[in-house]
This record gives sequence, C-alpha cells and structure tokens, in this order.
Amino acid sequence: MSKLLDLQFLAGHAHYLLFIVLMMTGLFIVVDKTNLVKKIVGLNIFQVSVFMFYVSIGKVTGGTAPIFPMDDKYHVDKEALVGIAYSNPLPHVLILTAIVVGIATTSLGLALIVRIRESFNTIDEEDILHIEQEMTRDDNRKYGNAMGGLA
Amino acid sequence: MIFHHLILRVVTKILVGTIILFALYVQFHGDFSPGGGFQAGVIMAVAFIIYGIVFGLTAVKKVFPEWVVHKTLAFGVLIYAGTGIATMFLGYDFLDYDAFSPAHPTVGQHWGLLVIEFGVGVTVTGVMVAIYYAFAGRPPSISDEDW
Amino acid sequence: MADTAVVAEHTLRTFKDHLPVLQVLVPFCTAPLIVLLGSRRLAWPLAFIASATALVISIMLMWEVREGGYVAYTLGGWAPPLGIEYRVDAANAFVLLLISAIGTVVLPYAYISIKDEIKARDHTLMYACWMLCFTGLLGMVVTGDAFNVFVFLEISSLSTYVLVAQGAGRDRRALTAAYDYLIMGTIGATFFVIGLGMLYMATGTLNMADLADRIADQGANRTVRSGFAFIIVGMGLKVAMFPLHLWLPKAYTFAPSAVTVFLSATATKAAIYVVMRFTFSIYNPDFSFTNNTLEIIFAPLAIIAMFSASFVAVFQTNFKRMLAYSSVAQVGYILLGISLLTETGLTAAILHMFNHGITKALLFMGVGAYVLRSGGAFYTQIAGLGRKMPITSGAVVIGGLSLIGVPGTAGFISKWILVQAALERAPDNAMFLAIAVAIVLSSLLAVVYVWRAFEVLFLQEPDPNSTATEAPLMMLVPMWIMAGACIWFGFSTEHLYEFAAQAAQGLLDGSQGMMISTGQGGAH
Repeated sequence: MSKLLDLQFLAGHAHYLLFIVLMMTGLFIVVDKTNLVKKIVGLNIFQVSVFMFYVSIGKVTGGTAPIFPMDDKYHVDKEALVGIAYSNPLPHVLILTAIVVGIATTSLGLALIVRIRESFNTIDEEDILHIEQEMTRDDNRKYGNAMGGLA
Repeated sequence: MIFHHLILRVVTKILVGTIILFALYVQFHGDFSPGGGFQAGVIMAVAFIIYGIVFGLTAVKKVFPEWVVHKTLAFGVLIYAGTGIATMFLGYDFLDYDAFSPAHPTVGQHWGLLVIEFGVGVTVTGVMVAIYYAFAGRPPSISDEDW
Repeated sequence: MADTAVVAEHTLRTFKDHLPVLQVLVPFCTAPLIVLLGSRRLAWPLAFIASATALVISIMLMWEVREGGYVAYTLGGWAPPLGIEYRVDAANAFVLLLISAIGTVVLPYAYISIKDEIKARDHTLMYACWMLCFTGLLGMVVTGDAFNVFVFLEISSLSTYVLVAQGAGRDRRALTAAYDYLIMGTIGATFFVIGLGMLYMATGTLNMADLADRIADQGANRTVRSGFAFIIVGMGLKVAMFPLHLWLPKAYTFAPSAVTVFLSATATKAAIYVVMRFTFSIYNPDFSFTNNTLEIIFAPLAIIAMFSASFVAVFQTNFKRMLAYSSVAQVGYILLGISLLTETGLTAAILHMFNHGITKALLFMGVGAYVLRSGGAFYTQIAGLGRKMPITSGAVVIGGLSLIGVPGTAGFISKWILVQAALERAPDNAMFLAIAVAIVLSSLLAVVYVWRAFEVLFLQEPDPNSTATEAPLMMLVPMWIMAGACIWFGFSTEHLYEFAAQAAQGLLDGSQGMMISTGQGGAH
C-alpha cells in the first residue's frame, strides 16, 4: 500500500466500485427526490446494486453455468465433470429470493402511492407534508386543550 | 371500438395460446433446462395480462375472474406447503423429497421438485395477475379521452 | 444424489422432532387457507387456532431447551451448513414464547377492534396478512440460517406495511406512515443483505453456527467489520434504534389499534433478538470492534433515546403517540442492557424485552378500547374515561405503573436488574455509575408522561355528551391477562429470571454457544 493510488488494486476491485456507485445513486434518489414514484425507482436501483454485488461474488474465473451434465436417466456423467470450474450458484439463488422480495416491495410501494394519490391528490412529498402539517394543526386546535392550548 | 387495432387483436389471439404453451414448457421442463415455477408463472401471467391490455379488463376478468385469482395464489402456496407436510407425515423432514421414494432418492427428489415448482408456478401466476388487476382496476383520474 | 446402493438408513421423524418447523409452518399455512376459504366468519377462528397452536409449540420448545442445549431441524433433509437449519436454544425459545403468547392473547381483542376500525370486506385479507406477519416474526427468531432471517424479515415487514396502511379508513395519514415505513424498512433490510453478502464473501457460509466458527477462525478483518456495520445499521432501522426510529411514532399512531398492539410487542423485539444473535453469537464479542460498537455507539445512543424520546412523549397530546415515543425510549433500555456486555446486563435486556412487550401490549390495548368507545385517543377525547370505563382503566393503570417501573410490577424487575448490571461495572469505570443514575432519572420522565395520562383519565371531568361505556368482555379479558402477567412477573421472578439468565449465558458464550458439536440436537 505504498502507492497513493494503486491502479491494479482498483482494477481488480472494479465491480465493488461499480456496486458502490450504483448503491449510492439509488440511496441518493431515495433521499433527494420528493416524488414518491421516483423514490421507489431509487429504492429499486439501490436493491439492484445489491443483486449485482451478490452475483459478482459468485463469479469463479473461467467458471461456466453450474448445471450438472446429466443423461436422461438422471445419472451424472462423471467424466464430463472433470476439470470444469463452475460459478458459485448459491449467491445467484439467494438473489433470486431477493429479487422476488424486491418485486413485492415495489408493487406494494406503488399500490400505496396509488392510494396516497387518491386520498391526498398529490404524489409530491412536500405537498403531502404540508397537508399533514395542516391536519396536525387542525387536530391540535380541536383536541389540544389537554396541554392548556399550548401544543 | 370493436374495429380498432385489428392487427394487435389478431396477433394477440394467436400469441396467447403460444405463450401459455411456452409457460407450461418452462414449468415442466424446468428440471432439465433452465426454468421453473417463477419463470413459468410470470410467462403464464403475461398471457393474461396481454389479453387484458388488448381486449380490456372486463374481457380478461371473464376468463380469469378476480376471486379465482385470489384462490389460485393461495392454492399454490398450499400445494407447496402441503408437499412439505406430506413428507412430514411420511416420517421425513419438511420438504425432504426422499420421502416419496425412499429406495430411489433421486426419483423422489425429482417428483417432489416437480410438485413444489408447480405450486410456485400457480402462485406466481396468481400474484402477477392479481397485481395487474389491482392496478388496472382503479378508476383512472384522467379519462382516456383527456390525454 | 446417491445411487441406490448407498441409501442411508433413515430414522423416521416423530412429532417432537418437527416442532421447530411447525412453529413457523402452522401460521404460514393458515394464511393461504384463510384466503382460499374466503369466509369472513372463518378467518378469525382459523387465525386464533393457529396462534394458539403456535403458543403450545413454543411452550413445548421452551420445555425442551430449559436445561440448556438446543433443538435443531434440517429443512429438506439437507444437513447444515449446506442446508437451512432451524435451531432453537434458550434465547430464541424465550422470544418465540413472547411473540406467540402476545399473538394469541391479542387476537380475541383484535376481533372487536378490527371489526370497529376496518371495513368488513377487508377482514379476511387482514387476518391473512396478520398470520403472515406472525409467520415472519416467528421465522426470524427460529431460523439458524442468516439469509433465512432476511427472507422472514421481509415476509413480516411487507405484511406489516399492509397492516399499518389499513388504518387509512380512519385517518389517511396511515398511508404515508406505511409508505415511510416501507422506504425505511426496505433500506434497512437491504443493508442487512449487504452485510450478509460481506460475511458470505469472507466465510463462504450462511449457517449461523458455521459463520460463528469461521469468523472466530479468521479473526477480524475489514470485510467482516464492514459486514458488521451494515448488519447493525440495517437491523437498527427495524429495531427503531435511536436515530433510526423516525418511522415508528407515525406508524404506531396511525395503524389500527390491534395492529399497534401486536407490532409494539413483537416486531421490534424480534429485530432486537437478531441484533443480539449477531453481536454475541456470530461475531465474537471479544473482538475489539464489537466491543467498541456496543460501548461507544450503542450505550450513548441508548441513553439519548431514553431521555429524548421520553421527553418528547411528555409533550404529546395523543395517548397513542405518547406510547409510541415511549416505545423508542424503552428500546433504549434494552439496547443499554446489551451494551453493558455483562451477563447481568444481557439478562436485563432479555427480561426488559419480555416485560416491555407485555406492558406495552397492555397499554396499547387500553388505548384501543378508548378509541372504540370515544372515537379517538387524544387526551381531550379520553378525558374522564377512567370513571366511565373503570375496568379498562384499572388495567391501564397497572400497565402505566409497570412502564414506570414501580415495585411489584414486571417493569420494576427488569429496570432493577439493569441498574444492578450498571452498578456491577461501576467499580472499574465511573461512567457506569452515571449510566445507573441515568436509568433512574429517565424513569422519572416516565413518571411524568404516565402521570399526565392518568390525570387526564381520572382527574378531568368527562365530556357530558360522551356515551362511553365499559369495553366489551372480549377486550377486557386479554387486557386483564396482560395486567395479571405484569403483576405476576413482578412478584414471581425466579423462573423468568433463570430462563433469561440461561439465554444470556448462551448468547455470551459467543461462538462457543453455536458450535455444532455441543448441544443435544444436531444432524441426525
């Protein structure tokens, strides 16, 4: 680690850098955008970055698809197995689950947005915040006497 | 309205059958080639969704009513869990497919996977169509003519 | 994939062997069954039977691990570390019991509350969601596979968002509360997955026991450390650890009353269990970074939470919202117990988890009863209801006292042990003396906010037009079961304490406690 900028190190870890860029892009969208749909898009990018991360750690140099060479009688062709490297299938399978979870989250989020749009008539977070503050003020005007009208 | 998008309608009618056939292929050939319940379920759902997009929600709901969709997706989960419970009753661990053919575990695994993948496929079909119905079924705030 | 010749002799499993998976399977199967039958009349009985069965199973599991050791179950017959393993030891058995007991007691209450607050056509799906949430929480706790925790976490979270959004019938802010929770919860869960990915990179396994083993072998390196950071932040969001708690007050305030009762008593507790499992069992607590995280980050944040959230609670005008802020403060006590890093501290944390669970469930049930009778939980709406609903309010008083930690209630025991744990470490470090004082002082803040509620309930004049009457029996019975538990565990402490101490010991044994060779279960 003598060099300040170790290019070889960076090149060897390029997929991690890309993962971080993607992840931060997603997180930034979630934090920055006030449009609720865009927030969900950001959340998706954020999740996809994690999928990429998992898929990249399953990669084995020179590895092929991890499918057993079998004949039609379910017997493993052991000779065909010799000398073949396989990518690690486990992270891929895990991510299959995470993708399904991601779809469920997205559709639930969008469903909530539809409902929010129907009852608030806007999908902009700041507008919603204004409406909610107004509602809270109304509540306090109506029920705030318990604090001597100070709340 | 009836005569609009003639090409789309004809093509869709031809395609829907093929899509369903392909879904079944992906479903039941999943243990020899890439595929399985998730993919097959989505492809199967696509058939209904395309039909809904082209012919309208009322038409597709005649083919696949909403209550049937809900039952379907619940039924798929029960197929999956039921397979596991069956193995438990046979004295094996939950989802240990060896139970179906103790003398030939590979055969047992094969049958077990086939059944649970079918359950997965049924559920995914149901869920995808249910999501489509849920979103498409909402009255639009801007009517089609105002676009 | 064996050939016919090498098929191993298989010993048939009995009902007892299946207990860990049945714990999750029973509520899991009930959810689709409710949807499939689609009957509004059958939904609630099915859910109740499933919860009661889960409770029985959790008691049987607790009985099996009462002397230490663990019960293991391999899913699909795939032996760990390759396959998914369910593993129950003293720590999870305790949390399983809490979750299933709360689930069972709350359901009769929920029947009335949900009927009142939610449109009838949503009831079937609502109970299905409830069962899925229950499944997810139980699964998070029972599983011995790190990635499986994520899957169950998401099952419970997704159904929780739906349940919270059901409050939209009364107040449309429930929708935005659910949306905020969805964004925060998903970020938290995704952070958790990133952490798991790093652990998998470093160790090549996801089985918790195996992870503990391999992390102990390779010691601390950067991947393992950053994995820890991600896991703690991710789970911290679910726990509502102090700066990450922003979703909680809103979600609890606008969710239907029954849902709030269920979530406040179980959801954060399951997440806290996962934090404990990761910090103590999987990561070696002797690692300096684990130690430092607990002492330098957990402890100050916990103390800030105890004071700031209690302080905010004092100024609320809504009983439900006040209790939600109090929950954030109480999570602070639990995290403080964890951060003390001693057996007594951890015992206190586990006990407080249980005691706060029953206390908060009782109080939120009281709020729900007031909402049922007077239409809202604002202090002006519930003013004087103590006289109109004496039986409900009696239970609320017991809950309030337990929340403060008055001797003779469950809340006292855990706070007492927490103070003791802090004092135990005071001789080597004067900071801990200050922490002990802080615990007592923040309890005084609890006196203030609980007293305000009591004052409103009992000393203010009821609204002359109010037609509020006593809550129905089906709500009173669960409330008084909880109230009875608050008092019972305030006096008869030995069994609970012993069990919590056993759980704490199991956790503090660190990776030793997770080794595959110890214990009675293991691969058959």
